[in-house]
Amino acid sequence: MTWSYLPHTAEDRQEMLAAIGVKETMDLFADIPEQIRLRRGLNLPGPLSEPELAAHFAKLAAANANLAEYACFLGAGAYDHHIPSTVDHVLRRSEFYTAYTQYQPEISQGYLQALWEYQSMICALTGMPVANASMYDGATAMTEAAILACGATNRREILVARSVHPHYRSVLATYARDFDYDVKEIAFADGATSASELAALAGRSTAAVIVQNPNFFGSVEDLAGLVAATHAVGALFITVAEPTALGVLEAPGKLGSDMVVGEGQPLGLALAFGGPYLGFFAASAKLMRKMPGRIVGQTVDKDGKRGFVLTLQAREQHIRREKANSNICSNEALCALAISVYLATMGKEGFAEVSRQCLQKAHYAYDRIVAAGAAQPVFAAPFFQEFAVRPGKPIAEINASLLEQKIIGGLDLEEFYPELAGCMLLCVTEKRTKAEIDALAAGLEALL
Amino acid sequence: MKIPAELLYSKDHEWVKVEDGRAVVGITDFAQDQLGDVVFVEVPEAGAELGVGDGLTTIESVKAVSDVYSPLGGKIAQVNEELGDAPQLINEDPYGKGWIAVLEIADAAELKGLLTAEEYKKFLSEEA
Amino acid sequence: MNQPLLFELGKPGRKAFDLPACDVPEKKGLLPETCLRSEKAALPEVSQLELMRHYTQLSNRNFGVDTGFYPLGSCTMKYNPKINEDVARYNGLALLHPLQPAASVQGALAIIYAVEEALAEIAGMAAVTMQPAAGAHGELTGLKLIRAYHRDRGDFGRIKVIVPDSAHGTNPASVTMCGMEVLEIKSEPDGSIDLEALKAAVGSDTAALMLTNPSTLGLFESRIEAIAEIVHEAGGLLYYDGANANAIMGIVRPGDMGFDVVHFNLHKTFATPHGGGGPGSGPIGVKECLRPFLPNPRIEKLEGKYTFGCSEKSIGKVHSFYGNFGVIVRAYAYILAMGGAGLRQASEDAVLNANYCKKLLSKDYDSPFDRFCMHECILTSKKQKNNGIHTLDIAKRLLDYGYHPPTIYFPLIVEEALMIEPTETESKETMDGFISAMQQIAREALENPGLVLTAPQHTVVSRLDEAQAARKPVVRWEP
Repeated sequence: MTWSYLPHTAEDRQEMLAAIGVKETMDLFADIPEQIRLRRGLNLPGPLSEPELAAHFAKLAAANANLAEYACFLGAGAYDHHIPSTVDHVLRRSEFYTAYTQYQPEISQGYLQALWEYQSMICALTGMPVANASMYDGATAMTEAAILACGATNRREILVARSVHPHYRSVLATYARDFDYDVKEIAFADGATSASELAALAGRSTAAVIVQNPNFFGSVEDLAGLVAATHAVGALFITVAEPTALGVLEAPGKLGSDMVVGEGQPLGLALAFGGPYLGFFAASAKLMRKMPGRIVGQTVDKDGKRGFVLTLQAREQHIRREKANSNICSNEALCALAISVYLATMGKEGFAEVSRQCLQKAHYAYDRIVAAGAAQPVFAAPFFQEFAVRPGKPIAEINASLLEQKIIGGLDLEEFYPELAGCMLLCVTEKRTKAEIDALAAGLEALL
Repeated sequence: MKIPAELLYSKDHEWVKVEDGRAVVGITDFAQDQLGDVVFVEVPEAGAELGVGDGLTTIESVKAVSDVYSPLGGKIAQVNEELGDAPQLINEDPYGKGWIAVLEIADAAELKGLLTAEEYKKFLSEEA
Repeated sequence: MNQPLLFELGKPGRKAFDLPACDVPEKKGLLPETCLRSEKAALPEVSQLELMRHYTQLSNRNFGVDTGFYPLGSCTMKYNPKINEDVARYNGLALLHPLQPAASVQGALAIIYAVEEALAEIAGMAAVTMQPAAGAHGELTGLKLIRAYHRDRGDFGRIKVIVPDSAHGTNPASVTMCGMEVLEIKSEPDGSIDLEALKAAVGSDTAALMLTNPSTLGLFESRIEAIAEIVHEAGGLLYYDGANANAIMGIVRPGDMGFDVVHFNLHKTFATPHGGGGPGSGPIGVKECLRPFLPNPRIEKLEGKYTFGCSEKSIGKVHSFYGNFGVIVRAYAYILAMGGAGLRQASEDAVLNANYCKKLLSKDYDSPFDRFCMHECILTSKKQKNNGIHTLDIAKRLLDYGYHPPTIYFPLIVEEALMIEPTETESKETMDGFISAMQQIAREALENPGLVLTAPQHTVVSRLDEAQAARKPVVRWEP
């Protein structure tokens, strides 16, 4: 039996064993006690040749409804946007994707520069002075921001808007529990975070207030007001930003956010059934040395030439061990590269245009559906690319019917919000055409 | 390796200079050499009360991080703000411009627990 | 020559993508004026060709496994099969929304389920979750499971995790992230556990012992059964750091060694690309007693159909959705390509290669452990030290010879360490080339140390000023 990923011939192995001075490879495993060894072969499928592999995966792929064939009106934290061809062409360059972390900067200048440019673009979008080179995803980025806030303020209470993505709140709860942090939810009113509820909850023990914008329902929050109420009690304000919206919405940094985090998937990453995605993480200059994750910095070499290195490493686990501000090691570097290529490809004007089209198309869809009486409005807050409606039939039934028409319908909000039973969260990005939106509206009308 | 004769030393490689009931504190030449290029010093907060062995500050170099423990108990009377902008002072002038803080000595008896320059020199050679 | 920054290229008005025109009637005033952006984000304005040249130039200034030998210890830089990249991009796998109805993603769920089963078999565990996004994330998840397990039994005092001083930095950091305390124990000089120290450390406050086996020194911990017994007797559980699992596939299983939780790094052992630091995937396998605490949702198979299940005792979610699916797909392709016998052969060859390098280099370099290593070996620069040459200098000189250096200065308990992990995908000729470069550097260290001390000479930049970078951080472009 031979495998193409294993280069040794029988002669190679013999020569190497002779050089080492043993008879067979298993002699090298002498340290493993006999009684714990596996005395049978692994019970696994395979081996498959390359054509067999391709065929096997083609069959598995065919068992899924993919978005090349279905029009997707599902958002809720993962978004179907146009991805320019440039992105994958860069990702396919194996000098990037087969590399490890840039601990040898002299032979990693390409990646370091790309990550530094990524950090720069995240700063430009969020209006913050510092960004790291990525976290696992939006949920963990938000959670680590909350932990940072508790450390920086020496307080233990975290206020998180109930309109923050339910998965993010779930991850926060998982992490917070073992720290004994006190997590409280801020209620929403008419689809947006209630300022009066925030004012009532926030106090001198509050470390952080976390608000998503646009929030899980797509509503645009009044950040400035919420930031003021947060700072009034000496807490830090964390914005979970939906990045595409930053083409039209004011940069959260300009509105006083202390940290801006979020899910980078909408910026050129394939939906890929939930990952790999990327958590972006930006902060104020004051918090820079407390940030988790890798950071690329600019410097010079011995001859004064510009170069880039991983910097502020003394924060990280490989140096600070149990005192590190996070345990993160691997990040989502390749996704950061993809996002850089996406943002540079869309460019200053193109990115703003994507954002504008999402806003326009979502409102066209909303008007079309509500005007026809296919569903009732749920909230009155202004929204970006997602909105909730109440169609008057069970959501699962509607979605099953839409699926037959090659449409992936909205999210059944009851799954995460029992109080919103019967409501559906729809998402319309720039990728949806007028014809697709009209088909969705017609599909909903037909079920009336 | 410089070990000025007039100073007192701790086994954690801090030096202490006693002046009118106050103690100027820094890290020794040996300590800065071990750390390498210092890149960041968390400037302590003036007014804080410390006991012997409490964390005074943290010093970061490119590839290491080191906690500095207070060699004496007392209140922090003064801190070296300059280190915030110029952490390299610790490398360049550990016994001078690289001082970290001035403590109001709470209990002069604690000075007896420190090493003289001779004793510190001996301690270093034993460590090596 | 510097490669210009993206922001130094192009000019206002240039673009690299043509977006379709908006085909719906447009309206004004959809959002309150106060929410609107006052100025557009300062993104680049470049043509598509400028953009592609920029990234092609950058890629030329970067070294990957496809560029050359990458014997980075503890990182398992094996070859990343190209077919895996292709299948992960199939529309039916890449273009799936994570919240689509389960009925519309049966193929995707089948993959996650199959990889869970395969990893459970390789690890000797009862159940696996694919949710953690990286090894450290797996550690965190595993420790949370352990904590939940003790808590569920009303055993609230178990908050100490024993970690040997030879461990990866992520181990103690993960313990802290779980709100638990690290109890560090000294290892024997060869990295093995000091049984007496362990016996003294365990007690009614012991939550777990975290261990890498083979250890971070590349040596197998032979007394693992005794270690497991000490920890279990004391009421603690055993956590297996799978960073070094490439040595043991099909030969010995963490579950059979006595471990209760294991994480694998798919980006090490299962040939998915490191991606320049990520994305990875850090699935964990657990014994039956920990199954109820696994993150939600669980993927279940009922009468040939896959559905989502959830457990009430679950620790909750550790990641959005189901983890790094695209990485999981690649790992599945690797497992299928190799099969059980292939994975075993991979581990055998990995160990063979490491011992070959160790043997041939131990004349010129200090080799502190006189026994067979597993998939990686440790050398030191002790012999070169007299000439003022340190491990860092040897690493930098290797760059001039076109090799990625080994891991340096780790594990911390070995002074001036060089840790070499060739992996099984490297040929004898490649290793012979590397060995001869290392021998040449050892000669240079004797005859012309200046050459080694000023290396690298042939890279696009020379040694960089890391102190300046950290003292006055410049972490973004400013116009």
